[in-house]
Amino acid sequence: MSEPTEGSVRQESRNWLEANWDPDLSLVEWRNRLVDSGWGAPTWPVAWHGRGLSDPLGRVVEAEMDRIGAVGVARTGIRNLAAATILVHGTDMHKEKFLRRILTGEDTWCQLFSEPGCGSDLAGATTRADFRGNKWIVNGQKVWTTSAHHAQYGLLLARTDWDAPKHQGLSFFIIDIEQPGVDVQPLRQMNGHASFNQVFFTDAEIAPEFILSETGNGWAVATTTLMHERRGADSLRRYAKASNRPGRVYEEEAAEIAIQLEPYKWYPQRAGRVDLVIERAKATGAFDDPAVRQEIAKLLTLSRAAEWTARRARAMQDRGGPQGPEGSLGKLAASNVARMAARVHTLIAGADAMLAGPDGALDGVIAEVLVSVPAVSIAGGTDEIQKNIISERVLKMPKEPRSDTKGPFRDVPRNTVG
Amino acid sequence: MQFTFTEEQEEFRRYLRRFLDAKSPAVEVRRLMETEDGYDPAVWRQLCTDLGLPAVQIPETYGGQGFGFVELGIALEEMGRALLCAPYFASAVLASNAILNAGTEEQKRELLPPLAAGEVVATLALAEESGRWDSAGIAMTATRTGSGYTLDGVKSFVLDGHTAGLIVVAARRAGTVGDAGLSLFTVDAEAPGLNRRLLRSADATRKLARLEFSGVPAGLLGKEGAAAAPLAKTLDQAAVCLASEMVGGAEHLRESALEYVQMRMQFGRPIASFQAIKHKSAELLLDVELAKSAAYYAAQAADDDADDLPAVASLAKACAADAYTRTAIEAVQMHGGIGFTWDNDTHLWFKRAKSSEVFLGTPAYHRELMMQRWNG
Ligand SMILES: Cc1cc2nc3c(=O)[nH]c(=O)nc-3n(C[C@H](O)[C@H](O)[C@H](O)COP(=O)(O)OP(=O)(O)OC[C@H]3O[C@@H](n4cnc5c(N)ncnc54)[C@H](O)[C@@H]3O)c2cc1C
Repeated sequence: MSEPTEGSVRQESRNWLEANWDPDLSLVEWRNRLVDSGWGAPTWPVAWHGRGLSDPLGRVVEAEMDRIGAVGVARTGIRNLAAATILVHGTDMHKEKFLRRILTGEDTWCQLFSEPGCGSDLAGATTRADFRGNKWIVNGQKVWTTSAHHAQYGLLLARTDWDAPKHQGLSFFIIDIEQPGVDVQPLRQMNGHASFNQVFFTDAEIAPEFILSETGNGWAVATTTLMHERRGADSLRRYAKASNRPGRVYEEEAAEIAIQLEPYKWYPQRAGRVDLVIERAKATGAFDDPAVRQEIAKLLTLSRAAEWTARRARAMQDRGGPQGPEGSLGKLAASNVARMAARVHTLIAGADAMLAGPDGALDGVIAEVLVSVPAVSIAGGTDEIQKNIISERVLKMPKEPRSDTKGPFRDVPRNTVG
Repeated sequence: MQFTFTEEQEEFRRYLRRFLDAKSPAVEVRRLMETEDGYDPAVWRQLCTDLGLPAVQIPETYGGQGFGFVELGIALEEMGRALLCAPYFASAVLASNAILNAGTEEQKRELLPPLAAGEVVATLALAEESGRWDSAGIAMTATRTGSGYTLDGVKSFVLDGHTAGLIVVAARRAGTVGDAGLSLFTVDAEAPGLNRRLLRSADATRKLARLEFSGVPAGLLGKEGAAAAPLAKTLDQAAVCLASEMVGGAEHLRESALEYVQMRMQFGRPIASFQAIKHKSAELLLDVELAKSAAYYAAQAADDDADDLPAVASLAKACAADAYTRTAIEAVQMHGGIGFTWDNDTHLWFKRAKSSEVFLGTPAYHRELMMQRWNG
């Protein structure tokens, strides 16, 4: 078979879509059909629902889907991180059991990493999994867990050996959230939404085959997940939008968005809504204020430059070149953009920036921006942690001296919250 | 829009960097900045004949190499990094593009080949004592005489204006204002009535001159009274080129600061191991990479003569100027006391950063232009 080219991929996917796209199927039926064809996740391996295509060719398929208005596989949330992690570290059984339902949207996932005592310092996890009577028994608490209230499964980092050094005593599990012994409690955020949760484990059970990689190798697996999380930060801008076209698929997708994507509905606000800045400035008259104009121009400059930097990184990757510094900077750039956007929205709104909900600008959307942007510089690794990563991995500056990596974890000083 | 360079472009960059490493080390920059001409004619000749640099974006029909602003941007980025002392920006960027944008076919055939070959060094005299970089700042008058024109007035901040052999001058018909009545002229540096004086500048690597014109004979470039549009385009292109030059300088400073902090020991460890220094380094990397992206995008927009070029040119100029000055300030800071000495090279780039910040318009000025031009 000849190498796929942009032309051949466009033609083949277009032919397939024209023959198969049917808005009157149920959402799951359609997505199953899409998954069977390999066009739903074209960059995935052929053996696992994909076509092994490069990223740029994958974007050609995406463009074809958009062109015809076809609904794609489920993408939002931690599904992508779960899939990426399972593709690298999972057994065939894991891939068989989980990957398809991730793509069809039947299963939602959550990431059970952070604990009250450890967020940046994830390797300090103290939620424990003990092997007893042929299964793992989990006890402890996780926190800030996005989507746990909708999730069937969680990626769980837990301590399995207290006598090994910090990073060697962790293991990585897939856990069924809807089983006894797992208690999910919504946790309200400063913007009023409750998209994250606290999760309590009391003798929750995990069968031995649901460990990823080996016992004690959990940190390496978590690193895969985190890498994908940071890299994916700039695609947050692509948020789900319901289409109001007629057809069963569309209706069910709208319902999915309403329920499963509910935790993400404020995501556009957390990114700062740069798209609304000029419109708002014109509406309030602030557009004519030279000081405001300067700040708007700074924001537009930053956000365009960040976008072009991401494109440079992607172009480099597409050419198979080495990962340049542009690639690591996305998350940091995104939080700068969000923070500056909130500042500019405040300038534009003036006194109205004090009002929320229906009294606030755009029915409260602007107020929501103002109280949502801190999420970007905290979630998925804080700005400070990103700067550590950039300085150490990209600029090759010396590592922080640390006192917690040697000796048994049980002797390492740690938080006693919880 | 291309977001990477081709292998040929990368090779061009590597070749140029080797050349500049050899010809423009800091000691040489220091020597040349003390001279009145401000450049080494032998290096200039090599740069022209061996590398053909002044010909980069000039079309082949006018003796050029027929590349574009992306290649010109690479050349300027490398020159900015090496702080090359040469009348390149004046001649290859300002004057050549002004002639390309405004000249008649016949004038381009006549004027450009010697510029492309580097036999003639030219410049553009635009700003006057008010220091404005737009048509409204032009007061110099052009008067029609029997066969040609004469110019009266003063030009200032003219890049390499004291050494250029050919000067492209913006002037207006008496009694006109703004974009109306503007024309471009060519003036021979030896013309009677022209008095040139080198100005003392804070950045001694960038030579600026004051030019007094009293009844100086001049040749019309292009159509009379129609210079506003070509001049605006020339300035947009120049802003894009200056952005590339600044990005190169900023990157040099960022790297030299990084190298220094890795070596310097305090409190028993390299200062690079302190988080305050590491975080600053990460922020500088972000700043410079963002400015690079803007400069690269703008260079491509200049090549495509894209609709968003005016907005993007201003964006790139403001972005690069801010990144360069911030990097310069932090680079001195990271060097500590040694950074504030004359012996340390950091101040050479620091001063270039400061002069680039205002040359062709301050960041605030360009942000305002950008807002006027924005339609995205
Ligand atoms: C909206 C949102 C969604 C989230 N979703 C999830 C989720 O789905 N699953 C999940 O597991 N977690 C989730 N989190 C948790 C998130 O990953 C952590 O909050 C984050 O990693 C920071 O950890 P922390 O809150 O413990 O802060 P800490 O680690 O206590 O940090 C406090 C401050 O100290 C700084 N700091 C810490 N260490 C260093 C260091 N070495 N150098 C310099 N400064 C340092 C930090 O930058 C920060 O400013 C979410 C958080 C938010 C806000």
